[in-house]
Amino acid sequence: MSDPSTALAHQFDDIEQQHESASLGMWIFLATEIMFFGALFLGYSVYRSAYSPAYSEASRHLDVVLGGINTAVLLCSSLTMALAVHAAQLGGRRTVVMFLLATIILGSTFLGIKGLEYYHKYEEHLIPGAHFEFPGPNGPRAQIFFSFYFVMTAMHALHMVVGVGIMLVMILLTIRRRFSASYYFPIEMAGLYWHFVDIVWVFLFPLLYLVDRS
Amino acid sequence: MATHIVEKKTYYTVFAALMVFLAATIGIAYIHLGKLNVVAALAIAFVKAWLIILYFMHVRYSSRLLWIFVGAGFFWLAILFALSFADFLTRL
Repeated sequence: MSDPSTALAHQFDDIEQQHESASLGMWIFLATEIMFFGALFLGYSVYRSAYSPAYSEASRHLDVVLGGINTAVLLCSSLTMALAVHAAQLGGRRTVVMFLLATIILGSTFLGIKGLEYYHKYEEHLIPGAHFEFPGPNGPRAQIFFSFYFVMTAMHALHMVVGVGIMLVMILLTIRRRFSASYYFPIEMAGLYWHFVDIVWVFLFPLLYLVDRS
Repeated sequence: MATHIVEKKTYYTVFAALMVFLAATIGIAYIHLGKLNVVAALAIAFVKAWLIILYFMHVRYSSRLLWIFVGAGFFWLAILFALSFADFLTRL
């Protein structure tokens, strides 16, 4: 399959058309993801404008240091992902595996830190539900903030887990010599997915962690 | 569509810019700007997303057709926000 003549599927005129078709298809999927997360962001925004003081107070309970580190970790993982695709374009197998591995490690680091944050919230009784405790008049509205926090970051984390799984598959396929300088598109499409999940976090971080820190 | 292979240098530059913007986001959050805080935070987030889309996702080097597909998703998101807030913000 690393032979260019077998990489071209019969329904396409040439490999470029096949490549563009893959990209268009992936972007259609990302459009559905934009709407999926968009709905969550909309709900968050409506309640933020309605319950501003409660959101400010609740947001301050989130750990900016851990959140900031996580953002940096994800940005690094996007870099390693882009470099993996770059290496694939040049036909290098070892480098591709190396960068994909780095991406997985960084993504897993993100998930680990997220888990730690969730654990802290559990200890502080800030998980919405029967054991939620938030002193002061803003209690019920703060619970709404934390509901959005957990649902949005959990959905994001789920996407990260899927992303890590996809990268593992890509590593396997690369090791099995399924790619070449003329056919590396699955890695690039996986990269598009990964970058998108990163972009979601780029918006999640300031909206959840930095509501009112001044 | 990257028959055009992006130089690694471009990726590193974009990455550096993203990290600078991250520092800016956090820094500005601690300065009291009132209503402008959220505007600044969102503006920086948009710039970061734009950089990732253009360079990491190769959109800068892609066809017009791809640009339309990219734009479509965000256009629909804009409709969602515009109409929802047109309702919500005009309620008495």
